[in-house]
Amino acid sequence: MKSLALNILDIVQNSIRARANEITIRITESSEEDIYTIEIRDNGSGIPDGIIDNVTDPFVTTRTTRKIGMGLPLLRHHAELTGGSLKIKSKEGMGTEIKATFSFRHLDRQPLGDITGVLKIIIAANPGIDFIYNHLTDKGEYSFSTRETKEYLETDSLYENSLLDDIAGMIGENLKGIGATGFDYRGNV
Amino acid sequence: MSKISSLADLRKKREELQAGMDIRIRALNPENIVQVKVAMATCGIASGSKTIMEFFLEQLDRRNIEGVVTQTGCMGYCYAEPTIEVKLPGQDPVVFGFVDLKRADQIIEKYIKTGELVDGIIPVNYQTIDLKE
Repeated sequence: MKSLALNILDIVQNSIRARANEITIRITESSEEDIYTIEIRDNGSGIPDGIIDNVTDPFVTTRTTRKIGMGLPLLRHHAELTGGSLKIKSKEGMGTEIKATFSFRHLDRQPLGDITGVLKIIIAANPGIDFIYNHLTDKGEYSFSTRETKEYLETDSLYENSLLDDIAGMIGENLKGIGATGFDYRGNV
Repeated sequence: MSKISSLADLRKKREELQAGMDIRIRALNPENIVQVKVAMATCGIASGSKTIMEFFLEQLDRRNIEGVVTQTGCMGYCYAEPTIEVKLPGQDPVVFGFVDLKRADQIIEKYIKTGELVDGIIPVNYQTIDLKE
């Protein structure tokens, strides 16, 4: 994974497969406090008690198409490279919360990357899921919600390429506004 | 075009666009349109499936192809990522492996537009053929 955004895209797939209908992605960054956290929370089926302690073992997975799962182990690896950690809280039937903590200034902390492109993809591919994206920096906070956007635009569907591009552009403008670091800025076309 | 930085800007642009042209109504029945599924598990993402999915979202729209692009999990072809599954209306799905931007373009121009098969097909469904003796 070349950027944190790709890790997020990957971990969100777990929530999608757990049949969540609301997924919250929250990024908190502070160069002053030297901290960068990614939290992903869903209301999906949760991780069974029996394997929760082992989910960051690549050879533990609930899937049946293959016997290994690299998503969480990779995220944990990237976090630990910077002296950080990965915490997972989950209750079967209630949902899962994962929190990856990185050192903001550590050389091995990857940049955020194309987060607006990742949001565009997951919104397009999962019309039945409400996504909330929240980003907090030293300068301010920005929140985006697909449900709020649909209500505001009075539409049932955000699936249209030009609309998705505009949404990605809007999120990018706001991230720039709060001084978010390391993301691939794509302005409005 | 001024920058869009709020939902109000977004709505304003929507209204301008909709006033200027017919709103395209998407076919409600997915059986009648092209369906593209991009495998989006760790293996796919690490091999560039994000770029491929963005390409299909953008190019189907730009080339006026009625279609829907969505994602799926790992299909078990990790060695051949990025993989995509394309289902043309009324036909069985076909899985393509090693899809880079060049092959993605061929898939749209040849397979989706004309039904002509291109390289990189992963045989998924085996069917026996009854040979007449």
